[in-house]
Amino acid sequence: MRWLLILPFIGLLWVPFYNFMEPQLFGFPFFYWYQLLWVPLTSLITYVAWKAGTEE
Amino acid sequence: MIAVHSWAELSVFLAFFALVTVMGFIASGWKRADNHAKLDEWGLGGRQFGVWITWFLVGGDFYTAYTVIAVPALVYAVGAYGFFALPYTIIVYPFIFVVMPKLWKLAHSKGYITAADVVHGTYNNRFLELAVALTGIVATMPYIALQLVGMKAVLSAMGLQGELPIILAFLILAVYTYSAGLRAPALIAFVKDLMIYVVVIVAVVIVPMKLGGYGAVFSAADAAFQVKGGNTGLILKDAQMLPYATLALGSALAAFMYPHTLTGIFAARSANTIRSNAVLLPAYTVLLGLIALLGYMAHAAGVKVSSPTDVVPVLFQTLFPGWFSGFAFAAIAIGALVPAAVMSIGASNLFTRNVWKAYVNPAVTEAGEAQVAKIASLVVKVGALACIVFLPTKFAIDLQLLGGLWILQTFPALVFSLFTRWFRAPALLLGWLVGIGWGTVTAFSDGLVPVHKLVFGGDTYAIYVGLLAFAANVVVAVIANLVLSAVSPRPVSSQA
Repeated sequence: MRWLLILPFIGLLWVPFYNFMEPQLFGFPFFYWYQLLWVPLTSLITYVAWKAGTEE
Repeated sequence: MIAVHSWAELSVFLAFFALVTVMGFIASGWKRADNHAKLDEWGLGGRQFGVWITWFLVGGDFYTAYTVIAVPALVYAVGAYGFFALPYTIIVYPFIFVVMPKLWKLAHSKGYITAADVVHGTYNNRFLELAVALTGIVATMPYIALQLVGMKAVLSAMGLQGELPIILAFLILAVYTYSAGLRAPALIAFVKDLMIYVVVIVAVVIVPMKLGGYGAVFSAADAAFQVKGGNTGLILKDAQMLPYATLALGSALAAFMYPHTLTGIFAARSANTIRSNAVLLPAYTVLLGLIALLGYMAHAAGVKVSSPTDVVPVLFQTLFPGWFSGFAFAAIAIGALVPAAVMSIGASNLFTRNVWKAYVNPAVTEAGEAQVAKIASLVVKVGALACIVFLPTKFAIDLQLLGGLWILQTFPALVFSLFTRWFRAPALLLGWLVGIGWGTVTAFSDGLVPVHKLVFGGDTYAIYVGLLAFAANVVVAVIANLVLSAVSPRPVSSQA
């Protein structure tokens, strides 16, 4: 499941994915809430990669 | 010199500062082992920090006072571009998860304390070790100086102008780091982080309520950027996208090459402590994102400052009663002391192990090592203090940019061997030399801006100069290694 760890890099480093104002959420333009959403998402992905891994 | 802004503010500030100072001195007895006169003990806290202490320590030392002051300042000045710190502090965690448990295991099994120890143990090459050690020490100095820039911003907002308050604060720091080593910042980080969390949660709830909600905050900032024009705005200009992504990636790769962040990693109790932290530390990143928004809140609150570093202090003084801004400023100032302490410890570990022991006194005892490191930590702090007193602030910030570029060049020597033993020391050394040399010359000739413009097939690509230097470093190392392998094939026995 380690390949999952590449997802945050793709999701965040390919800026054209998210360089928009709309749709807004709670007053936050897309650019902001999209990136903030990647915080819990990355934690979750890392946790899954860890627990699904065979190491220790 | 002193024109106190609010006595309530100053009293609360001083009370918390005093509390933390007392804790710093208590720390020397905390979780103490019998053999305190050992560098493992002083410089890594005995390698016994569990998940929570590591969380507070690494969090407190990676998210610095300068973050709290500088990120909102940049966001206030230019908008979306200043947010590159957000993707940077997200993608750094999958990287930590993959790399740092391996590095920790190696360091733990061989008793390594610094990055340069690891490099020397792996490649048995004193030149590469020295290159990594000196890069670490030199790159850390301006970073410590920037903590002082953050502290200076809150001190002068409270009316404490001049250098004397900073010098006093640093004397206190120097004395308790000297006596308690890494235990002092680990214990203080606990208090500091709780204070920062309180401040930020209050700020992100109360401030938008006072200003009419987040929608109003964003539209006020938008209006300000419309007037200002240029490369500002709530989303990135097309030409800013590549710089944004490369700054985020380059900063993430560089972040845990620094002596202070590695010290936090090496001080962990186990590899799983680090894995847990790769999952839990992003909580600080949410905080960072919200702190960054203070830059927009300043626009909504009508804050006007001549120097962007004053944005956060002035915003707090505009919106909150004196006692709360005093509390917030104490959190920021203590937030400067924690990383500054860990940085000076990390740099002095490097000096002791990889300069003093390697070149001056190879027969140094364990107690002698700890003593040299304590004195080196004082020298490092005095050096940083001198930077801030004698050099213009602008210069410290420019040096910090170069520091990031430099430390990134130690990445191949430190990290590659965890995955492949193909590289040889001379090739890595040549790569390091080219990365540092080309990067420094390029950064200076660009006028010390972080982004270098490459013209390629008629198109211009603006890329973080540190990442370009890193690419040059790796390419040179690969080519040199190919040549080296062709000229003198490695004896089979060394492929252990």
